[in-house]
Amino acid sequence: MIETADQIFVILQHWIVGFAPAGVRWILAALFSVIAILGAFGGLFAVTTILERKGLGRIQNRLGPNRVGPFGILQPIADAVKSLTKEDVVPYAADKVVHFLAPVVLVLGAFSVYAVLPVGRNMVLANLDAGVLFFFAVGSVMELSVFMAGWSSRNKYSLLGAMRAISQMISYEVPLILSSITVIMAAGSLSTVAIIEKQAGYTGILPHWYVFTPWGFAGFVLFMIAATAESNRSPFDLPEGESEIIAGYYIEYSGFKFALFFLGEYLGMFAISGMGITLFLGGWGAPLSFLAWVPSYLWFFAKLLAMIAVFIWIRGTLPRLRMDQLLNFAWKFMLPMALINLVTAGLWHFLPQGGLRWLVCILMVVVPYVLLGRGLMQGQRLEKRVYQFAE
Amino acid sequence: MLFTILAILTVAGAVAAMSFRNLVHSVLALTLAFAGLAMVYLQLGAQFIGFAQILVYIGAVAILIVFAILLTRDAGTTSKSALNASASNSSGWGGGVVAVAVFAAMAWAFHASAASQRALPAQPEATMQQIGNALMLQFALPLEVIGLLLTAALIGAVTIAMHDRQETR
Repeated sequence: MIETADQIFVILQHWIVGFAPAGVRWILAALFSVIAILGAFGGLFAVTTILERKGLGRIQNRLGPNRVGPFGILQPIADAVKSLTKEDVVPYAADKVVHFLAPVVLVLGAFSVYAVLPVGRNMVLANLDAGVLFFFAVGSVMELSVFMAGWSSRNKYSLLGAMRAISQMISYEVPLILSSITVIMAAGSLSTVAIIEKQAGYTGILPHWYVFTPWGFAGFVLFMIAATAESNRSPFDLPEGESEIIAGYYIEYSGFKFALFFLGEYLGMFAISGMGITLFLGGWGAPLSFLAWVPSYLWFFAKLLAMIAVFIWIRGTLPRLRMDQLLNFAWKFMLPMALINLVTAGLWHFLPQGGLRWLVCILMVVVPYVLLGRGLMQGQRLEKRVYQFAE
Repeated sequence: MLFTILAILTVAGAVAAMSFRNLVHSVLALTLAFAGLAMVYLQLGAQFIGFAQILVYIGAVAILIVFAILLTRDAGTTSKSALNASASNSSGWGGGVVAVAVFAAMAWAFHASAASQRALPAQPEATMQQIGNALMLQFALPLEVIGLLLTAALIGAVTIAMHDRQETR
């Protein structure tokens, strides 16, 4: 019974595909998975927009959208209708073809990374041998679409936004990939499914997730900071910067194309959170051994929603960084920490099990953190902020 | 069949990159050629090289070229493309004929050589594990040397850039 509940979607897929002639079965199976991914994550996008607006509203001491449906929960439908019926304005001077292609490339890239993301036991579209590499390779294509959008609009603000976005994405891609290499080293595989299977099993009631090791914890924190920057979310939302460059690279987009950019951005956030879950949080595995009866896909989506909640919380809490702070943070703090973490992961592998291993590895995480943090803060004096008019 | 589509895509991208008048369009067309090449690698079963091609060439090299164009000259100015400039005089067509002749000679030489007669081994399944082991054990020294070279190049580039900025101040 538990087994059936866990595998219900896989069984359903086999049952439907069974009706087709043998030659076209693999196409049908792939189509089924693709439709499932499009539906599930498209739906999650709709849910997240309302959750985010509600959550931000509560953090900022207001109600948030509450007019459409009970408690405003039908707001995404109203948003969809609005963006579909709006006029699609293309600037006269814009490069029409590139302007049209940019959101298409973005959404294509954003959806294709889900091919290697396992959302449950036996629920992955393509279990590639080089899955993690595929994820980062296709993710890097999105940078190009950001440039296409910013350049083709022929608008100084959008070009500025695109340049900011690209420099930020390139800078944070380095610590992002370096921090995930630790997991690849530990698991000895680039396949997402193999990485999750390595994290299966429990000591007592606690799982063997990589986040519960010193290097794994440091790697997870670095990964999530870099992921926030990669998905252009606050406090790293300089490419959009409403108050400085209006809306960055998609300033000249309207109607459905604007909605596509929005969709691509959120899909990127879900995908990179999903990769974080896969690498560090045991993927579809249950957090406690006696909870293993809950279906695996529910655990994946529960973890994903928890990550989204953290993203919303951070967005409502932290102010935006300045450009030099952003790049200094990436190159002077994140990069050395990620490199040291790489050595820590190697040491962890070769030291004998026991207390000594924990002590050495925790020291190797904490000492560089303190020294680097102190060193970078040295020339700066933090004073109590004086407000000119608000006092 | 699939190879024909990919080959047409790649060649079309490369030709377009040479013939567009707008530099940024050329870069985007070049990206298409890179993507086609990556697909060819994937079709041959070389996953690692295929994805590395996407990661390095589309994710990094194309962006680098874009940055270079935007920083060095007014973006979006239409300049004479390499093909059009050479097509204006008759030597351009001569170049094309020479290129085709060289390609034909190489293809003929390869077909006639012993290398093409050799029976291909059964699909060598190079897993990621094998590639990793080869890079880290057998070819560790070349890898380190390349790493050192690239680091030196990076430091050199930064030094040149820093020097320029001090002068302009």
